[in-house]
Amino acid sequence: MVDKKQALLLEDFDIEIVSRDLNFYYGDNQALFGISVGMPAKQVTALIGPSGCGKSTFLRTLNRMNDIIPGARVEGQVLISGKDIYQHGTDVVKLRRKVGMVFQKSNPFPKSIFENVAYGPRIHGTRDRQQLAAIVEKSLVRAGLWEEVKDRLNDNALGLSGGQQQRLCIARALAVDPQILLMDEPASALDPKSTARVEDLIGELRELYTIVIVTHNMQQAARVSDFTAFFYEGALVEFNATKLIFTNPKEKQTEDYITGRFG
Amino acid sequence: MSGSFSENLIYGLLRAITYAIVLLVGYILFDIVIKGLPVLNWEFVSGYPHQSGASGGILPAIAGTFYLVLGTISVALPLGVGSAIYLSEYAFQGKFTTIIRMAIITLAGVPSIVYGLFGLGLFVLFFRFGASILSGSLTLACMVLPTIIVASEEALRAVPKGYREASLALGATKWETIRTNVLPYSLSGMITGSILGVGRAAGETAPILLTVAAFFLPKLPNSIFDQVMALPYHLYILATQHPDAEKVRPMQYGTALVLLLLVLGLSLGAIFIRAHYRKKYKW
Ligand SMILES: Nc1ncnc2c1ncn2[C@@H]1O[C@H](COP(=O)(O)OP(=O)(O)O)[C@@H](O)[C@H]1O
Ligand SMILES: [Mg+2]
Repeated sequence: MVDKKQALLLEDFDIEIVSRDLNFYYGDNQALFGISVGMPAKQVTALIGPSGCGKSTFLRTLNRMNDIIPGARVEGQVLISGKDIYQHGTDVVKLRRKVGMVFQKSNPFPKSIFENVAYGPRIHGTRDRQQLAAIVEKSLVRAGLWEEVKDRLNDNALGLSGGQQQRLCIARALAVDPQILLMDEPASALDPKSTARVEDLIGELRELYTIVIVTHNMQQAARVSDFTAFFYEGALVEFNATKLIFTNPKEKQTEDYITGRFG
Repeated sequence: MSGSFSENLIYGLLRAITYAIVLLVGYILFDIVIKGLPVLNWEFVSGYPHQSGASGGILPAIAGTFYLVLGTISVALPLGVGSAIYLSEYAFQGKFTTIIRMAIITLAGVPSIVYGLFGLGLFVLFFRFGASILSGSLTLACMVLPTIIVASEEALRAVPKGYREASLALGATKWETIRTNVLPYSLSGMITGSILGVGRAAGETAPILLTVAAFFLPKLPNSIFDQVMALPYHLYILATQHPDAEKVRPMQYGTALVLLLLVLGLSLGAIFIRAHYRKKYKW
């Protein structure tokens, strides 16, 4: 495990994601400083911290989405199910299938609702229409969108409301049957009602997936997560059970942040 | 208030310039249509020329230009789109690609007669394609390639980043992502830009002068190794080389009008394709 305190905290859990002394650079700019943290399986871990502290950057190291940024560089390790994903010869396609991602700005493809959800399974080789239809239905049901769209699966996804689009993106991510779901401020662009729906959805999905969610909304972190990691200026300041971090922060910076003194 | 006065002055000036340009283009079009329309009939567009073009129709020239346009598009579109994909998606974005981009932009400004000579040297003589549709199309393709590459790169850049990210995050490879979630959305921009470029090339005389165009060849081509007549060259001949230039003036206007309509048709085609794709993939 990572350090003694975390080890104690997490001893009853399977640890699915571990980062060890993770440094990250955008060219010459270091964005992450020695992040060491373990995230338990089938639990929701929230990443909080002021804007620009590296939450998204850290999240994107977990499915190697940062690979596409020119000049970006990683040092250290990220272990997923015990395997270092930055090891030479890692199959990034397989990794991203296992580690799904939902983005801050909902980004459904400008295609039909059906094609959006079927996209992942299709590129991974599912051709059979019946089978695809079953996957699409299951994913939409899980994302809590099925009832709203079942009669218009062939409509363009961009005709959906903002909240529906984001749940469609969640369904699309679920369709490739991931183990882990990364969510980068999935509700930050949504109205309160849609936000509540997405939060409820996270509550339902926690049984099935290991979820890591970035949020700048502390109430949201408190509502949806089991564990919370507080980032500040590219470093992990504190990691603890969400209950504890919000009632009894160990670090001064964490306390200042959650009591609203900055950020 | 002096700022607002000078601002008004500049606006007025810019508006006047714009109107002047529109007026000028309008006058040219009007002139061609008015003088070309009387000769424009079925016989003119479907008949073969007689007496070096002084009478008869211009079918071989229409067909020649049509084949050249077709040949140019089928060579230049895949090459240009391919280069654009490579340059903007795969190539390392460093000094070298910057130099390549600058070279492409420079190529777009090279006078068309230079392309003509290049085509003569490379395709007609070196590759021994002779003066033929093939040589002409390849030469025109070289000429429009920069336009197509620039337009295609722009179209690729216009695709929102979110689509690529979503696709990659689902485990698609880079090529799968480009093929399924970048190209379809940028195709309309690519095709539109390309057709507009080809439309301009269709009216060029210099590049085909040395590589394909026949002075007088009243028959249709049998293969891509045949020479053909072409509208711009025919027009050029009628206007400057014909012994009775004055007498064949109506034929010149008729030819010019047909050429204009052809280019207009291409542009309309481009607009249609764009509208079609916009509707299919709107965002
Ligand atoms: N693509 C990028 N290129 C260069 N710097 C970046 C890029 N993305 C983020 N950064 C920088 O990295 C730091 C962390 O950003 P980010 O992870 O997006 O923070 P957060 O998600 O916590 O708001 C910021 O200083 C930001 O400016
Ligand atoms: Mg962020």
